[in-house]
Amino acid sequence: MSANDTAKARDVSYDVLVSAHQPENVSLRGYVIGFIASIILTLSAYLLTRHGGMSKGVLVVLLSGLAFSQFIVQLIYFLHIGKEFAPRLKLMMLAFMLTVVIILVGGSLWIMNNLSHRMNMPSVQQMTNYMKSQDNL
Amino acid sequence: MSGAAYFASFWLGKLSLKALPPSAIQWFGASLMILVPLGIALLLSVTHRWKWLYHEWLTTLDPKKIGVMYIIVALAMLLRGGADVALIKTQQALSAGSNAGILSASHFQQIVTAHGTIMIFFVAMGLMFGLINLLVPLQIGARDVAFPFLNATSFWLFFGGMVLVNISLILGDFAATGWLAYPPLSELHFSPTVGVDYWIWSLEIAGIGSLLAAINFLVTILKMRVKGMNFMKMPMFVWSVLGSMLLVAFAFPILTVTLTLLALDRDIGTHFFTATGGGNMMMYVNLIWAWGHPEVYILILPAFGVFSEVVSTFARKRLFGYPSMVWAIAAIVLLSFIVWLHHFFTMGAGSDVNAFFGIMTMVIAVPTGVKIFNWLFTLYRGRIRMASPLLWFIGFVVIFTIGGMAGVLMAVPPVDFQLHNSLFLVAHFHMMIVGGVVFADFAAITYWFPKIFGFKLNEKLGRLAFWLWLIGFLLSFVPLYILGFMGATRRLNHYSASLGWQQLFIVSAVGAAIIGMAVGVQILQFAVSIYQRKANRDKTGDPWDGRSLEWSTPSPVPFYSFAKTPQVSTRDAFWEAKKQKQTSTPQPYEDIVLTKNSPLALVIAGGALIFAFAVVWHIWWLAIVGLLIVIATIILRSMDEHTEYILSASEVERLDRAYLKAGGLSK
Ligand code: HEM
Ligand SMILES: [Cu+2]
Repeated sequence: MSANDTAKARDVSYDVLVSAHQPENVSLRGYVIGFIASIILTLSAYLLTRHGGMSKGVLVVLLSGLAFSQFIVQLIYFLHIGKEFAPRLKLMMLAFMLTVVIILVGGSLWIMNNLSHRMNMPSVQQMTNYMKSQDNL
Repeated sequence: MSGAAYFASFWLGKLSLKALPPSAIQWFGASLMILVPLGIALLLSVTHRWKWLYHEWLTTLDPKKIGVMYIIVALAMLLRGGADVALIKTQQALSAGSNAGILSASHFQQIVTAHGTIMIFFVAMGLMFGLINLLVPLQIGARDVAFPFLNATSFWLFFGGMVLVNISLILGDFAATGWLAYPPLSELHFSPTVGVDYWIWSLEIAGIGSLLAAINFLVTILKMRVKGMNFMKMPMFVWSVLGSMLLVAFAFPILTVTLTLLALDRDIGTHFFTATGGGNMMMYVNLIWAWGHPEVYILILPAFGVFSEVVSTFARKRLFGYPSMVWAIAAIVLLSFIVWLHHFFTMGAGSDVNAFFGIMTMVIAVPTGVKIFNWLFTLYRGRIRMASPLLWFIGFVVIFTIGGMAGVLMAVPPVDFQLHNSLFLVAHFHMMIVGGVVFADFAAITYWFPKIFGFKLNEKLGRLAFWLWLIGFLLSFVPLYILGFMGATRRLNHYSASLGWQQLFIVSAVGAAIIGMAVGVQILQFAVSIYQRKANRDKTGDPWDGRSLEWSTPSPVPFYSFAKTPQVSTRDAFWEAKKQKQTSTPQPYEDIVLTKNSPLALVIAGGALIFAFAVVWHIWWLAIVGLLIVIATIILRSMDEHTEYILSASEVERLDRAYLKAGGLSK
């Protein structure tokens, strides 16, 4: 017996059923703003790297700033943080997310810096030359 | 480029007749991949089942049916992955000294890669999501998941990824890089064929499916529990799924991005992970394990949940130490994100880094141990019934403990320097994944089968299958520990005869053959059980004297799951209700809102599959077509305002009475 065969089943209109659950404060406008802002932030990261012509240190700071802004934009416009009263569950989720992000980003930085320090990592040019000498790349 | 060549490369990308299989064994595999679907199609036509298939299965949004489809696909892939094992083990048993075995080196590496990829992503993950679909809504007293259409989309994306891996048997080749495709080997320069692209794109689609499913089940568990079931009253399986889905939600995005970066390196010439141009391949290893270690706990947590249910049911006792089980899951979820470096201790980081991650790894064994003791204490002084699900549990405890101790050993960095990438490691993780995850899945299938299909599986054959599995498994993997100590590395397609390894490889191959027999017995078990289904019919809805809500429904579960909203005020709600012979005031039937079928989930995944296939072969026009199909279908679905229907109270009552009468239930 399948759901569709059931003779007495009735259709329900979306409005009746769902409008009651629709959270307030969530508008199309917010999503559009978030979407456009995300695209601008991503593109500027690309353009800065390709055509910015700034020193490596400055670039790292700028890119981190852009990444962080995008993080905030998405939290606000897509996940609607701060729009409603935050129950404990949501706060816990947010705290867990921040913990994981900090562990992963911090951990990766620690690991990779430690590695390049200990391996005495060659410059990009040296490495490329070496690889070319090993294997006709 | 000549006009004709340009024309061909525009319409066909890199695809040409050269993509067809080169060797006899590969032709055999390719023909199987063509003949099996063809055979199924023929069977459907002969029995006039196409309509039935379409209405009952392909378009369904019912999580119970989606769960069954996940499990069927996963079991089919278990056979495919098993066929890979047959080739791998034959090769290794033969190819000592002057004997080169039956496979070329590159073909052998492709098979090993396909084996690992398929077993993790399409068997272990498929069985897990299948069980979650079947059980989570029922156990929390919900009739559906939070987002039914998204759920079907997740399944079909998983299916699409599976299809793509198997297409690689017919057209082109598969990655020969190992199941995690480390660069620089997986970069274009060293792997110029489409193999790695198949690997990337099938995992991209299947991975996005998993991510969507995780979000769905997180919301389902957090928001759709029946009234009265607060967090500390949830069945332990639901808790373990909550933990596992949290891990999926936070870890799978890392996989998606890492694969995308590798694809960019291969397709548009970026240098994220190349050795030249400023790339760093260790960044790939770092990222892939930041997903990969959580992934192993994603698989094992639901397995823990299954055993929690099985142990308390078959000991007829409430689970020992419920709160400590919950805290163990929480601890594992957090610690899973702090150990990933143990997979690359040998890369050359300092002793501070290695020591930190080594200690964290040892710490994660503690909550795991807490869980093992809790199960044993649950059994202690219980009224034990030695049915086959409990046998799987006992096999699990033995194997998982040995494998876990091997893991703790490798958590010591200097020891790992010896054992890394050896067969010792291979033995460790097979003991965890086969002895842990797969045994749990078999226990679960035996245990919940009557709930879904209305009759029990044949117990005699089930026991035989268990013993064959246990013996075959130990015979197959204990030699790998020894070989690992002797220095045998993983993915070895040939070795010198003077090393004296061949006997152990032969023992291991014999073990694999016994596992093959065990699988044969399991297929027989399904056949015999279906044949004898009248005799094994479960008329009570509660064949094992169960404890959680799913056993309060008739078997097989009707499509609306619960005729009346279940009432929950304690842990083990159904058990307590039975004990108190609860004769509370009869509840009235109510109108039930259900979701209509829709073919669009299948269309979305079809579009994704076309897109992925086209990108693999660089057929850009087709990739755009695939992508447009996906986007258009999503928009189309969002416009549909009539996705649900109401089953009236009187109709529910009529159906429910019919069910109760057929089952001989008197409620
Ligand atoms: C008791 C807890 C565990 C500890 C201490 C542990 C430790 C380790 C260590 C140190 C390694 C890296 C070895 C090397 O590459 O040299 C490893 C690899 C692995 N472990 Fe575990 N593990 C544990 C539990 C698990 C579980 C529960 C699973 C799966 C369900 C698992 C699956 C794997 C896999 C798949 C690999 C290797 C993957 C590869 O290199 O291809 N482990 N484990
Ligand atoms: Cu690990």
